[in-house]
Amino acid sequence: MIELNAQTIAFAILSVLVLGGGLGVVTTRNLVHGALWLVLSLLGVAGYFVLLSAPFLAAVQVLVYIGAIAILIVFAVMLTRSMTSLGEVRNRQWWLSAITVILLFLLLAVGIILPVWGRGAPGEVTSLSATVGGAVELGEALVAGDGFVLPFEVASILLTAAMIGAIVVARDEEDEGA
Amino acid sequence: MTSCVDFINTLSPCLVRAGWNADLANLLSLLLGVVIVATVPLLTVILLIWIERKFAARIQDRIGPNRVGPYGLLQSLADALKMLTKEDITPSGADRILFNLAPIITFATVVLIWAIVPFTPLHIGADLSIGILYFVAVGSIGAVKVMIGGWSSNNKYALLGAFRTIALIVSYEVPMILALLVPVLMAGSMGMQDLTRAQGGMWFIVMSPLAAIIFFVANLAETGRSPFDLLEAESELIAGYNIEYSGFKFGMFMAGEFMHVFTVAVLTAVLFLGGWWGPFVDQVPALGFIWLGLKTAVVYLFMLLIRNTVPRFRIDQVMNINWKFMVPLSIVLILLQSFLLRLIDALGLRPAPELANDLLANLPQTLVLLAGNLVLGAIFMHLLQRHGRTLREADEALAVVKGEAAPAGGMAEA
Repeated sequence: MIELNAQTIAFAILSVLVLGGGLGVVTTRNLVHGALWLVLSLLGVAGYFVLLSAPFLAAVQVLVYIGAIAILIVFAVMLTRSMTSLGEVRNRQWWLSAITVILLFLLLAVGIILPVWGRGAPGEVTSLSATVGGAVELGEALVAGDGFVLPFEVASILLTAAMIGAIVVARDEEDEGA
Repeated sequence: MTSCVDFINTLSPCLVRAGWNADLANLLSLLLGVVIVATVPLLTVILLIWIERKFAARIQDRIGPNRVGPYGLLQSLADALKMLTKEDITPSGADRILFNLAPIITFATVVLIWAIVPFTPLHIGADLSIGILYFVAVGSIGAVKVMIGGWSSNNKYALLGAFRTIALIVSYEVPMILALLVPVLMAGSMGMQDLTRAQGGMWFIVMSPLAAIIFFVANLAETGRSPFDLLEAESELIAGYNIEYSGFKFGMFMAGEFMHVFTVAVLTAVLFLGGWWGPFVDQVPALGFIWLGLKTAVVYLFMLLIRNTVPRFRIDQVMNINWKFMVPLSIVLILLQSFLLRLIDALGLRPAPELANDLLANLPQTLVLLAGNLVLGAIFMHLLQRHGRTLREADEALAVVKGEAAPAGGMAEA
């Protein structure tokens, strides 16, 4: 059923990276190590994008998630030195996060399983597209009226609001008098 | 195309014709390409260190290395040997795995960039459709290595150095990426070979000098060398994030830094100075390697000149230049450049596809773009001048106030 070729092997290696990295994130006591495990996991996801013939998304994945977000996490963790090695495994909100995570997992699992194996699913497994998704097609889809222009604009408003919020929070109160 | 004169790209067809197994020939040519792309920059660095030391020595009115080998050429080899034989120290309390990982990542990220450098019209490691984005993505991993190196050393100076470096790298990535968009706009592609080919008629440095300058300065900052070497700042931080490293691991950091500078020189040559374009490249593609080498050397020497003559900035100055000058400038530049390119299309000034590599046919659009760039540059320089004058006047006003207040206040203030 599953052919053993270069793609399958690459998928297996990347899956080990992603899952192993994820496991590392939740098991390590050291927050810096956790952030670096996250980098490994995200790198594996970038590899998935390459396998899916989407090199642009792969590069963006590395650039945004590793180059920006992971760095930001590490930066924040390092600035709070006492946080780098936590003794406690659980805090008072552990049951809340457990419920959220289980619900999210079920939602994702159902979302993936139903279209592939449920009713109305295609008879045979759809093979991966051979065409390489380029930046041009992506760009046009993002701004086309019948494409994703609305989510795109909503996301940009959200990011702008987040940025303004960050500036307001970080602003020095004493500066206002000057 | 498939003559046996060139190798790497045309090696495998040659071998197949000579009766080899096709898969084996492919594997061999790929392997050879990888080995060459990964090794040549590394070996070049040994020579570059010598050039750098000689250059710095001349500027400082010294002779420089002149004992080991003719003209001191073998000095770098002696240094490398010395580093190999030094004791490998891991500080107590260091995170051993991460401590050892940082130099490796440093090195890998720089070598990875060489995969997309187009050496000649035929020879490139991998002509990715997202070439330029690949460079940015790989470069952004560079911040990770600084973080790991600085944190795992268990040294507060290393950590402080890492913070400064990250602040610098993350900030200057913004104008660098924005400046990179300008060549992409003009070439209509992100592939490195396409970007080079688009410069057949006119180099991008003439069509958009502002983008070239922003890219160059931002990269200068990313390499962390003078005038942006405040992450090193001997008097404040001793040596920056790699302070605890010794022996071969320190050597890897050092070689990584030299290679980074070299890589930046190559990329500037490729993106703005026409890459492998030069006389007779059409007939003999291998000549492109020499042209690219010459252009790289010019950029590299210019970087050395800056390194050795410009004093270090303060951290607030570095951030001010970036966020209040270079980022706005590059954003306006992109808007202007895309507008001008539309205008050129509308006026029909863009050369016909068959004349794309002709200098005269490219002149009209070049003049329009150059004029736009110069006007924008003049406006920003004027704003900068005015801002500088306001600052100076405020300073003078403050001095006057203090001068008057000093006798009245007496020693209380002091």
